[in-house]
Amino acid sequence: MDIISLTLTELREALRRGETTSVAATQAMLDRIVALDNSLLSYLTITEEMALEQATAADQRRAAGEDTPLLGVPIALKDIICLSGAPTTAGSKILEGFNPPYNAFVVDRLLEAGAVILGKTNTDEFAMGSSTENSAYVTTRNPWDIERVPGGSSGGSAAAVAAGLAYGALGTDTGGSVRQPASFCGVVGIRPTYGRVSRWGVVAFASSLDQVGSFGRTAADVAAQLSVIAGHDPRDSTSLNIPVPDYEAALTGDIRGLRIGVPREYFVEGIEPDVEAAVRVAIDDLAALGAEIVEISLPHTQYGLPVYYLIASAEASANLARYDGTRFGPRAKGADMIDTVRQTRALFGPEVKRRIMLGAYALSAGYYDEYYGRALKVRTLIKEDFRRVFESVDVIAAPTSPATAFRVGERIDDPLNMYLADIFTLPLNLSASCGLSVPCGLDRQGLPIGLQLIGDTLQEARILNVAHTYEQARPRDRRLPAVPAGATG
Amino acid sequence: MSLSRDEVLKIAGLARLALSEEEVARFSDQLSAVLDYVARLDELDLRGIEPSVHAVARTNVMRDDVVMPSLSPTDALFNAAATSENQFLIQSILEE
Amino acid sequence: MLDRYEPVIGLEIHAELLTHSKMFCGCRVVDSVEAAPNTAVCPVCLGMPGMLPVINRRAVEFAMRVALALNCEIQNHNIFARKNYFYPDLPKGYQISQYELPIGRHGWLDIALSDGTTKRIGIRRVHMEEDTGKLTHRDEGSLVDYNRSGVPLLEIVTEPDIRSGEEARAYATRIRQTLRYLGVNSGDMEKGVLRIEPNISIRPRGSEAFGTRIELKNLNSFRALADGTDFELDRQAAVLDGGGKVIQETRGWHDTRRETFSQRAKEEAEDYRYFAEPDLPPLFIDPAWIQTMRATLPELPQAKEARYRIDFGLSPVEATALADDRAVAEWFDAAIGAGGKPKSLANWILNDLFRLLNERGLTISDVPLAPAALVELQSLVDRGTINLTTAREVLAEMLESGRDPTTIIEAGGLGQISDEAALIAIVDQVITDNPGPLTNYLGGKESLLGWFVGQVMRATRGQANPALVNEIARRRLEEKRDTAGS
Repeated sequence: MDIISLTLTELREALRRGETTSVAATQAMLDRIVALDNSLLSYLTITEEMALEQATAADQRRAAGEDTPLLGVPIALKDIICLSGAPTTAGSKILEGFNPPYNAFVVDRLLEAGAVILGKTNTDEFAMGSSTENSAYVTTRNPWDIERVPGGSSGGSAAAVAAGLAYGALGTDTGGSVRQPASFCGVVGIRPTYGRVSRWGVVAFASSLDQVGSFGRTAADVAAQLSVIAGHDPRDSTSLNIPVPDYEAALTGDIRGLRIGVPREYFVEGIEPDVEAAVRVAIDDLAALGAEIVEISLPHTQYGLPVYYLIASAEASANLARYDGTRFGPRAKGADMIDTVRQTRALFGPEVKRRIMLGAYALSAGYYDEYYGRALKVRTLIKEDFRRVFESVDVIAAPTSPATAFRVGERIDDPLNMYLADIFTLPLNLSASCGLSVPCGLDRQGLPIGLQLIGDTLQEARILNVAHTYEQARPRDRRLPAVPAGATG
Repeated sequence: MSLSRDEVLKIAGLARLALSEEEVARFSDQLSAVLDYVARLDELDLRGIEPSVHAVARTNVMRDDVVMPSLSPTDALFNAAATSENQFLIQSILEE
Repeated sequence: MLDRYEPVIGLEIHAELLTHSKMFCGCRVVDSVEAAPNTAVCPVCLGMPGMLPVINRRAVEFAMRVALALNCEIQNHNIFARKNYFYPDLPKGYQISQYELPIGRHGWLDIALSDGTTKRIGIRRVHMEEDTGKLTHRDEGSLVDYNRSGVPLLEIVTEPDIRSGEEARAYATRIRQTLRYLGVNSGDMEKGVLRIEPNISIRPRGSEAFGTRIELKNLNSFRALADGTDFELDRQAAVLDGGGKVIQETRGWHDTRRETFSQRAKEEAEDYRYFAEPDLPPLFIDPAWIQTMRATLPELPQAKEARYRIDFGLSPVEATALADDRAVAEWFDAAIGAGGKPKSLANWILNDLFRLLNERGLTISDVPLAPAALVELQSLVDRGTINLTTAREVLAEMLESGRDPTTIIEAGGLGQISDEAALIAIVDQVITDNPGPLTNYLGGKESLLGWFVGQVMRATRGQANPALVNEIARRRLEEKRDTAGS
């Protein structure tokens, strides 16, 4: 048995049947990280000691007859999710050396479920970006072509899962930061409905948009993790107090009669022909599987990007005000107290500064109504688009991103062009919908393309089942991308 | 809509960000471009439209007035750049 | 100055709420003066990354009670906002507060002035927010203690209806008393749990436009509030009289020099960039909840004062003194309920009881004295079982031991002697023992009657019924006259 090639759910079965151990699986991942991550740069911190302890404990529990949903399964965390006992940087110099005295809610859930934490994966600084190039530490590479970005901001998690450096991983999705890198790296990634997963202990970017999601090689892998991390947390006032279904049990492989809407606004301006073609083929496949395809309209789609940037930046400008060097993080030396805070905050990278500035401006006296206030109203229109569409369809199918993975450095100096990578993912973050990306082929350069499936509020089980059914009908090449060993500069 | 150097400096002041001259110039250009882009929202007639602050509507989420354990001062101060007398130490703020 | 200028004063009061835990986290609300620094802090109130607020229900209910007591309309749709500014005592870089939709609006509070009139002060808004940490200063730098960070805070803002230091003081005193009545604040200004900041300006009489206002801080007593306000009014008048202009600034009150001084000029209005707090869903307060809260309101001091005056015939001074403290007022009410007579009870409480408590440095809540016991003591005096002197001694004993007056009187043999035969014997003995005064009395110096009564009281260690002794002594002395004359 090649332990590396197993999916999360396959590994879980192997562990249950006693065919392998958690220590073996964990060690295999750690060895592979050592071998390949110098070129991939997907991890910022490897919690080797903690992982092996957890794996040993998991094997002992297994031997004692216990079984929990993720017992002994090695998983990676985006480095924006707090894990007590390891640093959390959010990809920023301003949190260098920060050791949170708490676990995120999702981490507690993973640990209760028996998961093994391999380490913390790279992210754009404070999850602001679409390529991990905004990480203050490294730029993660796409396992399919290390000259290209893995997408972002959860690019480290996506790349790690794609390259077989973790069986599953958590990321966060504020405007597409799970789905877009999942698409770029050829894995499955879900962004649950806002409030489905607690934000407690997840470093905030934009409070009304942030949500934790999971990555896996299959829809089932994603479902297994989501079943563990979803649920009510009284410490997050926006967490929904609604029972969590068994997402794995919902994977019936039957989508007959399901009404799938295809929004015409997602097949215009700038979409790469290979992407459009692959997505259309996938939609035909869904029709062949018994779904009814209907054309729909989400008329305010084009306003999603400006609304998103105003709202996310405004919230971020406040969320990031706490980084002043007083209670945690490094401190610069300024002429006086105020100057010290200004110099300390100069540790933020350019994209973070840009968004803080945009957010502060959009909220400032005389501009609130014109920018932030207006964005909130258009958000209502976008929510209304989704609400109306979901009156007549069960699921929306669309491309995840208009393009496949771009080259490192290609868009870094052009913020607006970079933002366009999220144009199809961010509208649902403004609404109460959920969405995932599932691989639907490669472009002519051999780069993965993602099919985005969007569900109504709390319809995660439904979109996971569509993805699963599609996977069963169109099985992918199970081989992992060939990542060259060696150091990447 | 273009942002002047003074406006950039004013916002940087509000946000307590020290910017280099080069950053001031670059942000002035980039933020102006972003503001031009977001100006497309002006096309919409938003009369009578309510703002949406939250994605999902919850209301009246409260906790009972119950005391929970606090951090030890050691844990509270662990991540601080400078401490003294079990407190966070910062540069002097002139007595008002 | 009052002939030329009209003072325009508004008060902002910040009151910490006496909840068990903080506004948005489970840390204990501690005495920020006494508690060791940073012992009541957690990742939430330290503003650590990824931490989220959850509203303390009791804080909301306390805020509602205050707003209702101040006759405010309760906002149905409450939202919290982020008020963005940087200061080291503000861990998140924003304060969670209420902005557009405060919990209470359009209220009022009546204050009594020294000339006997009443004035209504408008309450513009009552809103909930969180307190900041505390800074102290050392040679090496400034120290930050976040024990106070996140303690629920109520801000109560008046309309600019106040016209003098006296009015400011009367208003603030009434607010403090009301908060204490509601059990939501200790009123301790020294410890900063109640902070009062007036905005003060003057304008020429007849002018509609407001003058430039200053904000006055560092007021840690009501006297400082009154004196500081009056000082500032005079200072502004002098500035204007001298052809100068009042500048907008924050001024401090120097408690020993008894004057205000410039602290910080306000260059321009701060841009707080308020926006709705995305981490907190809105709070809808429905009429049923308001009704429940209204039902928990105690009788407020104004109502008690009025009842004491109108129903019980007490003087305004008595009524105010009894209603001043809720514990005393409720003790008084309980005593009335036990059948006490209001006027006499008021005397007992305001004179004897308060004196005894003051001597011991205690409050009414500290002593085991039951209201019914004082009523019993009062009726023992009325029935003549004991006299007033004895009653005062008994009261002191009741305060110490908590025993009822009858038990104390019986145990100590303190009952008043009203047995006529016994008293006649004592009176006769005193007359026999004092032939000289008797002669003088019979010779026309009838004022000596009092002297004889005094001798009898002394002989009975004050336990004799004085009225009865008086009557017997007069009768027996007159009988001597008849005997002598015959």
